[in-house]
Amino acid sequence: MPDLLQLTHIRKTFPGVIALDDVSFSIRAGEIHTLLGENGAGKSTLMNVLTGFYAPDSGGLQLDGQPVRFASPRDSLALGIGMVHQHFMLVPAHSVLENIMIALQGVPLLFSRRQQRARIEQTIEEFGLDLDLNAPVWKLSIGAQQWIELIKLLLRDCRLLILDEPTAVLTPQEAAKLFQVLLRLKQQGKCIIFISHKMREVMEISDRVTILKKGRSVTTLEKGEFDQKKLAGLMIGGDRIPEWQKSLPFSEEIVLEIENLSVRNDRGLADLDNFSLRLQKGEILGIAGNGQKALAEALTGLTRVESGRVLAAGEDITRSCARSSYIAGIAHIPEDRKAIGIVPDLSLDENLILKNFRAKCFRNGVFQSRSAIRDNAEEKIGQFAIKAGPPGSPVRLLSGGNIQKVIIARELSEQPAVLVALYPTRGLDIGSAEYVHKVIADGASNGMSTILISEDLDELYKICDRIAVIFRGRLIGYADPTSSSRAEIGLMMSGEVSA
Amino acid sequence: MLEILLDATVRAGTPILFATLGAIINERAGIINLGIEGLMLIGALSGFAATFASGSLLLGVLAAFVAAFIAGSIHALITVQLRGNQIVSGLALTMFGIGITALFGRGVVGQTIDGFERHAVPLLAQLPLVGKAFFNQDWLIYFSFLLVALIWFFFYRTRWGLELRTIGENPAAADACGIPVNRYRFLAVACGSGFVGIGGAYLSLASTPMWIENMTAGRGWIAVALVIFASWSSFRALFGAYLFGGITAMQLRFQAMGTTVSAHILQMLPYIFTIVVLVISTIRLQKGASQQPGNLGLPYDREDRK
Repeated sequence: MPDLLQLTHIRKTFPGVIALDDVSFSIRAGEIHTLLGENGAGKSTLMNVLTGFYAPDSGGLQLDGQPVRFASPRDSLALGIGMVHQHFMLVPAHSVLENIMIALQGVPLLFSRRQQRARIEQTIEEFGLDLDLNAPVWKLSIGAQQWIELIKLLLRDCRLLILDEPTAVLTPQEAAKLFQVLLRLKQQGKCIIFISHKMREVMEISDRVTILKKGRSVTTLEKGEFDQKKLAGLMIGGDRIPEWQKSLPFSEEIVLEIENLSVRNDRGLADLDNFSLRLQKGEILGIAGNGQKALAEALTGLTRVESGRVLAAGEDITRSCARSSYIAGIAHIPEDRKAIGIVPDLSLDENLILKNFRAKCFRNGVFQSRSAIRDNAEEKIGQFAIKAGPPGSPVRLLSGGNIQKVIIARELSEQPAVLVALYPTRGLDIGSAEYVHKVIADGASNGMSTILISEDLDELYKICDRIAVIFRGRLIGYADPTSSSRAEIGLMMSGEVSA
Repeated sequence: MLEILLDATVRAGTPILFATLGAIINERAGIINLGIEGLMLIGALSGFAATFASGSLLLGVLAAFVAAFIAGSIHALITVQLRGNQIVSGLALTMFGIGITALFGRGVVGQTIDGFERHAVPLLAQLPLVGKAFFNQDWLIYFSFLLVALIWFFFYRTRWGLELRTIGENPAAADACGIPVNRYRFLAVACGSGFVGIGGAYLSLASTPMWIENMTAGRGWIAVALVIFASWSSFRALFGAYLFGGITAMQLRFQAMGTTVSAHILQMLPYIFTIVVLVISTIRLQKGASQQPGNLGLPYDREDRK
């Protein structure tokens, strides 16, 4: 098969950051080519270069052997390169139909909605998908929103489809469906660039794998030349995966007690219904099932509790707001890192003291002590191995893994008694995910209790002492990861069996 | 009595209607334009001067559109191409408009022209109550009715309108589909400004056919507030502008009737009303009924890291 697209010595820098140093690889017609690399290795930047969003500083692109330059996404789209971005390019307030229509070619100025609808529905049916074209996008699940993005590319008849971590937001069933569609596209001779952190998927679907590390292309391997272990090794390179051990048996002391807690969501439905839970000192308690987010918000004082009590070390903290929860010793790793975990435009130094900026050590009377804040940042950067940019630069420029480390460093700085962690490893690469697990396990050895909320059963099995299963806002029961099978937990999660 | 009041309502509301429609076109593209007051003045003076020189009202309206289009292009250049601060640029445009019209308007102060005259629409003007108020008016008012419908049609029934709305909501999404974001935004700001200019020209060509320094008297700011009240919809803009026009007409009526309330207090009414409107529509916005374009006020830089 001839090469469809060749990238040679691509380099792209942003102020203070070398995002891509030297990347070269090629894509053949009719293959699924996986890009693998840690957070911040430059995968998304590279794809933005390919789609014309970023102009590379140097290096060249060749399409069908001809050198090409993309001045805008319009140019790359015209040559049949389309992408499903990690942050979807959709208008939440518009209908599905309107969102798809702007991507279509040959829509007349005065269009007939019926005609365009028929055209779109034909493609939706052809791929066996299910989408309500009239629904506004904000009402759809993230999985459904991703299908919209894919349909846009299919209708554009793109030759090269780029999917940036498409499975991160999909349920296993949805992911399986996506793979079916991808394989079908491959048979039609289309090329697919696939980005994922999930090794199992990479093994399942890739024809070739190219590994990126720190803005450089390390190597490209053909099917048969790689296995999970080899890929992980190449991705991490010389870096060591942090090692950790599960905590010792924890003590009987109860640090957190939830009694008959009920929480309603914005639509008035019960997220938690008469929910009770006990957390012991040094325990890592996993939570599986739905209603998890409401639990985390209730514990950290971010939502209004309808009835019931939360006791931390015997003290009632049910009605406290976020800051007093923190003082009572509950730390929080939120679900949406960039939205509520950090202030993206503030510096690393400032983000690290968001919760204790009132502390005496960071003040000179009414003024901030810049030097103390800087010293604190230096200490945390060393302690948590944060790859920080130049001092003072906004924290949003860091990679996902490093942002997560910033949040953890801040949350753990006051030695909390309880840590509430929501999906703490979502979207993180292996190294960063292991690091998060190590922090939680180390904390447990030092007597910190953790409530770990995750959709990833593998993660819960790996690190938790007990797993509490919620169904329709009620506690169904506890499972012991050493003795219960995944199938048992699955049944509990669907509310069919109680332990 | 009611007929006269309604008639005065439409005439007082029309300049604000044009300005609000122009501002809606700006904001639908995601650009806040606080230069409305200045653009109205520029339109009022250019329109008056062109008609004074040529004797043609049509040329006057065209001149108002073109002059405001050019002035709006400055705002577009700063906010779209150079990604400058939209608030600062808009405020500067207003001050520029006030200053430059005061300077160049000196030559035509005290001059008069033959302004727009009424033309009754056959049959429709015979309707009871509303007939005279809406269908025994001048051509500019009929044009404003048409514009309300055209803008709605443009946004909801044409491809360009859909693309422009997408740009206002999420320019990156439009860019990813190959839509030239900056070109659209520039044209939206410039054309929207042109319609604001016609709003100003209504004052100097129809309401009071003469040029008076600072004759807009804050109507541009009322238009800025009405955009929010109208939830960025041209039909609701019509409603809002007439509501304002109605209050203006009423307070004039009260004054004419010789009430004991001070004229200054009465003249305040439309502005107090504007504040009340803003409070109410802001509360509504917070309740999630927002129609506000998602990217309003934010510059778009393709290379900005998300």
